[in-house]
Formats: sequence, structure tokens, C-alpha cells
Amino acid sequence: MTEEYKKLENLANDYISKLYKDKVVIKVQTGTSGQAVGADEIFKLLSSKNEKRINVIEVGSMGLMYLEPLLVVILPNGDKIFYANVTEEISERIFEHYSKSYEILKENSFAYESSRNIESSIPSINDLPQFSKQLRIATRNFGEITPGDIYQYISTGGYSALNKALFEMSPEDVVEEVKNSGLRGRGGAAFPTGLKWSFLAPNKAPTKYVLCNCEEGDPGAYNDKGILETDPHTLVEGLILNGFATNSNKSYVFIRQGHDIPINAIERAIKEAYDKGLLGQNILGSNFSFDMEVALTGDSYVAGEETALMEAIEGKRSTPRFKPPFPAASGLWKKPTNINNVKTISYVPQIIKNGSDWFKSTGTEKSSGTAIVCLSGHITRPGMYEIPMGMTIEEVLDDVGGGSNSDKEIKMLQTGGPLGGVLGKEAFATKIDFDEMAKSGAILGSGGIIVCDDSVSVVDLIRNLIAFNQFESCGKCFPCRLGNTHMYDVLQRLANSKSNPNDLQLLERIGKSMKIGSLCGHGQLGYNPISSSLKYFESEIIDSINNKIEPLETMLTPTRTRPNSTEQKIG
Amino acid sequence: MQDSENLRKDIRNYISNQKRKTVTVLSSLLAVQDSIHYIPDEAIEEISIHCKVTINDVWSVASFYTNFRFTPPGEKTLDVCWGPSCHINGAQKLITQAHEELNIEGEGESEDNKVTLRYSTCLGACAQSPVFAIDHKMYGKLNKSRVTKIIDSLK
Repeated sequence: MTEEYKKLENLANDYISKLYKDKVVIKVQTGTSGQAVGADEIFKLLSSKNEKRINVIEVGSMGLMYLEPLLVVILPNGDKIFYANVTEEISERIFEHYSKSYEILKENSFAYESSRNIESSIPSINDLPQFSKQLRIATRNFGEITPGDIYQYISTGGYSALNKALFEMSPEDVVEEVKNSGLRGRGGAAFPTGLKWSFLAPNKAPTKYVLCNCEEGDPGAYNDKGILETDPHTLVEGLILNGFATNSNKSYVFIRQGHDIPINAIERAIKEAYDKGLLGQNILGSNFSFDMEVALTGDSYVAGEETALMEAIEGKRSTPRFKPPFPAASGLWKKPTNINNVKTISYVPQIIKNGSDWFKSTGTEKSSGTAIVCLSGHITRPGMYEIPMGMTIEEVLDDVGGGSNSDKEIKMLQTGGPLGGVLGKEAFATKIDFDEMAKSGAILGSGGIIVCDDSVSVVDLIRNLIAFNQFESCGKCFPCRLGNTHMYDVLQRLANSKSNPNDLQLLERIGKSMKIGSLCGHGQLGYNPISSSLKYFESEIIDSINNKIEPLETMLTPTRTRPNSTEQKIG
Repeated sequence: MQDSENLRKDIRNYISNQKRKTVTVLSSLLAVQDSIHYIPDEAIEEISIHCKVTINDVWSVASFYTNFRFTPPGEKTLDVCWGPSCHINGAQKLITQAHEELNIEGEGESEDNKVTLRYSTCLGACAQSPVFAIDHKMYGKLNKSRVTKIIDSLK
């Protein structure tokens, strides 16, 4: 172990012991989802109180978002008590109680975690399937540490993988280790990560970039922003490792403006990493130097496509480029570039630390590791969960998600974002795994799973998805621009019970043209929501083609020409 | 004219004092919009000078990203989400309710210019859907009465 790292570790240990020793620590989970239900107000309230034996800290969400606002109390003996759906009033009562007593307050608690056996009417968190069925690698620190606080991160073993790579491994070793781990891209394409890195690594160019894509536009997915706002140092460490392995100079973390919570968290983490000598010149005293910066984009879904993303960092319209040349040869500012998704990079520190065999021991043969899924919609326990690959969709829905949240049954799922697919019940036995999911007509994609019960009509769901795709088409390739608009028109007809008999063939024809004639996935995959729906809900769609359904309510959506837009202005 | 000169001075400030090192047309547009919440003609010209590109180049970027606007917005901005998670949890009814209570049709400003209503494709808090946001602060698990409360706070 190097001197520099040892020093940081000692500082971190001092800091942690000050925080926890003889104290009750109250952790308020104030991520984006927590703030949406008032967790930030609770944090403000509690941290304004002065009480010597209590430390109140902010942490990100642990993923159990249906329980938010969520408080975790850690007693001096290490026992943890979880309090769910807390109001300001309840939080004050909890605070009052622990300012006088170390006894467990049972009111409003939903679980505890302890190394000893507590006889208790509340369950241990390890007995709850929504927690015990998870395997947390990338999200191991969720709900535990303050986002961007470097000492808290180091105290959990943070940056030890970087230390190991810099002083015990060569860049080739790191690439080899990632290759062996079987890690595949979590952004949607599932391309082997180590192989991707090996394209860039041998390039001798003096300037090379590694980019991290957090332009997570998929409705229903929030795990990229989740990692950024909950444990940004994992990403920073992963990116430095990526830079070391490929011998690159600089990294950009790319995210949409307006997502203030994740942006602030990652910028704080980057700044702290610079302050502690983990970024910049001669990292930890080694020969390796590396820079990192956040690049913001405006609102554009296509900016998440890898070459469009580079256009946006260069400050232009985010439209996809022709390939080849591929990014590894000519990417950002025509320099060799590697690009990975946030989730992909977040696995890397643990792979380097524990070895590729350890990582491979989880998951399936061709999809090693875990999947981070985001459940939303008609499900009892919406939230973000990291589950081992190979678990079936059914298990995720029932054991982790708790099944339907109404008396109606779950009818269908929408997975992998608006370009992904719609899955019916027959597909629920499918294993969550890149290849199995693809076989069933969907993609795992970004991990978003939107659950719909029997009350949702399939036409209504695909109308919403196609409306999104139509609105977000960047317009560069006309088959995508016009095709999505045309498909949306047809779906409006279906929804209004005014369709023509050959509308289904028309949709298929448009979909085919889009697939052949578009540069990026936005057009190529644009027909997916319809083709996958036809696989599971053909009769329902045929019924609406024959105008046998009640017209659906109109859906309010934005138009691409906005009020006060340039068209009017230039006119 | 004086006002326009002052505005230019401010804009030059925003453009040259950007927080992040890499300065581009897009980053400059974002810096201006972040500060004054719209892109006046003066900004287009100043950015074209600062970044050494044509005015058309700046317009090309500004007109592409849907978050840029070219007239001042209302005092507060209400984002209403119509993404699929919010949609199946009844967002459409709540959006209609917001339209009625604010007397706005589609997207735009209320008559007293206190509120701008915008459609959002996803605000990123899908587990708490349906979700609205006021000036980026999220409000989740919405229902009819909570929407009324939020909108009253805007009035």
C-alpha cells in the first residue's frame, strides 16, 4: 500500500470515528425521489436542531423508494433501525426519543439491522425479500454514505482499487481483468466492456478521451442519475481506472441540465478527488495524470446516442454521426474516444478490487454480474433494485416488487425505455439477462421496468411511447423524423377508433423503412414498441384496428414547435 | 438602448465566467439560460462573437434543444410529466387540472405571467409518479388535492 493512500485512509478513519463514536447517527435519504416526497424538508428540520449526541447526515436513496421519506437511525452499538414514510412530525418524535434514550423506538419503524439477535416485533431487513433478494455491487453504498463525501467513501474501501491498479497492475492487466469479468455495457447495447477498452488502449495518440454517458432520457429509468446522486465517487474511481487502462487524458461526465441533484453530487465528488490528489497530475504519486469534467447538454433524448453525445460536448446539435469512423479511432474533437454508461463504469472498481472471477460468479454465463432495475407504475414497491442476472422477471415483480398495487392483475411491462419492448404475461418467466430478454422481444436496456395492470390498454401505452419517440427524433434522418410522426398519426386513429383496415400493414411498412434508413437506434428501433406489443396483444390491437374499442381519452403532448420558438421569432 | 447595453454586459459576464472549463456554443447558451431563463437576441450575438462562429451557427444549436426559450418565462416554471410511468398513474387528468386552474392551454404562460407550464418527457422520479416540478423541485405521489395545493402556492 502506498504512503499517499495510507494517509487518506487514516484521515478517513479519524473522520468516521468522529462521526459515529458515542453518537446516534440519523441518515435522511434525500435523493431525487426522496425530495419529491419532502425528505429534504425533514433533513433541514432535523439538522437545524442542536443535540450533542445526535449527528444528522444526508445520504442518497437506498432504492426502497416506496418507503420514502426514509430515515435510518444508527445507534452507538451499531444497530440500525429503518423508519419509513416519515413526516416532519414523526421525524421530530424520532429525534426527541433518541436524544434521551438508546432504546429502539418501534413506532413507524419497518425493519432493523443488527449483528446480534434482537427480540422484536419488527423484522430484520435481511428477512425482507425486497432487500435480501438483491445483490448490491454497483449500489453497495446506497443509503449508507453522503454523496460526494470522499472520506465516507474511502472508509468503505473506496479508491483502494485505483491504488491497486496504479501500483500493482499495468494498464493491460486492467483491460484483461475487465475482459475476463464478462462485464457488458449497461447502456442498452450490451457490448463487452473490456473488448471496447482494448480498441482504444493500443492507440498511441497523445490525446484520448473516456466519456461517461449519464444522458438518461428513458422514461422509467433513473438508475444512472441514481448512481451519480448517491455514490458519485464510485463513478469517479471507475472512470479514472478506465482512463488508466486505456491510457487516456481526460474524461467527461455527460448529463442533461436541470438535474441539479446528480449534477451537484458529481461535481462535488470531482472537486474533492482533485483536492485529495486522486485527479489531476501524478495521481497518488504515480506517473498517471488524468482530468475530469462535467459536460451539460440541453433537452434532447438523442444526445444519449454515443456520437450525438460527442456532438453535444463539442457544443453542436446532438445528432448522430456516420460510422465508421468509430469513436475508438475518431471521436470527440476527432480524437480517439471510449464511451461507457454510468452503470457499466460503476462496476469497475469492485471488479479490480475483488477480481474478475468474483464478478463472474454472479449472474449467467453470458451476462455476468447484476442488473439494476427501476420499478415504477402499478407495482406495490416502486424503487431501484440491484438483482443478480438470471433472476426471472416474475421473481422481480412478485418478490422484490411485491406484485400489483391494486386488485387488478399485472397485464404487461414496458422495458428498456421507449425504444424497448412491451412484454405480456407469457414472458414473465424470462430470465433477466441480455440475451434472454432479447429473445422475448424486449431489451433489458437501461433497466427501467414500467408495470401496467389490467386497467391500461396496450394502444394507450404504445401511443405514449411513440409520441415520445416522435417528439424526441432529432430530425437528421427523414425515415425516423417522418416515420415516427406518421406512426403517431396512425396510433391516434387507433386510439380514437377511427382506423383504416390496413393500418397494421402501414405501421409495419413504416417501421421497416425506419429500421433500414436511420443512422442510430432512435429510428432503427422505433418500431419495437409496436412489434413487441403485437407479439403479446395481437387480438387487442386487431380489435382497435377494427374500431371495436371505446375511443381513448385524448393525450396531451407537447408539439415540436413550441410557443415562442425560433420559427415565430425569425419568421 | 441603455437596457440592451446592460443586458449585453451581463450576458458577456455569464459567458466568460462559466463554471466549467470547456466552453462551447451549447455551454454558453446554457449559462445564459441558467442566469436569465431565456435567450435574448443579444445573447445569440454575444455567443457568436465569443465562440467565433456565425449567428446562424448559434441559432442552429439554440433552436435544436427544446429547453431553450426566446422570451422571458413566467416567474416560476411548472414542469408536468407525461412520461409513461406518470401517464399510467393518471398524469393526464392532473395536467388537465393544472391547465384549468392556471387557465393555460397547452404549454405557455399564465395571464399574470406568474407561471410557465411546460411538458416534460421524464423528470426522473418515476417511483413517485405522477410527478410535477416547480423550478426543478420535484413533487411526487400527486393526486387532485395535492395538485391544487401546489398550484395555489404558485398564485
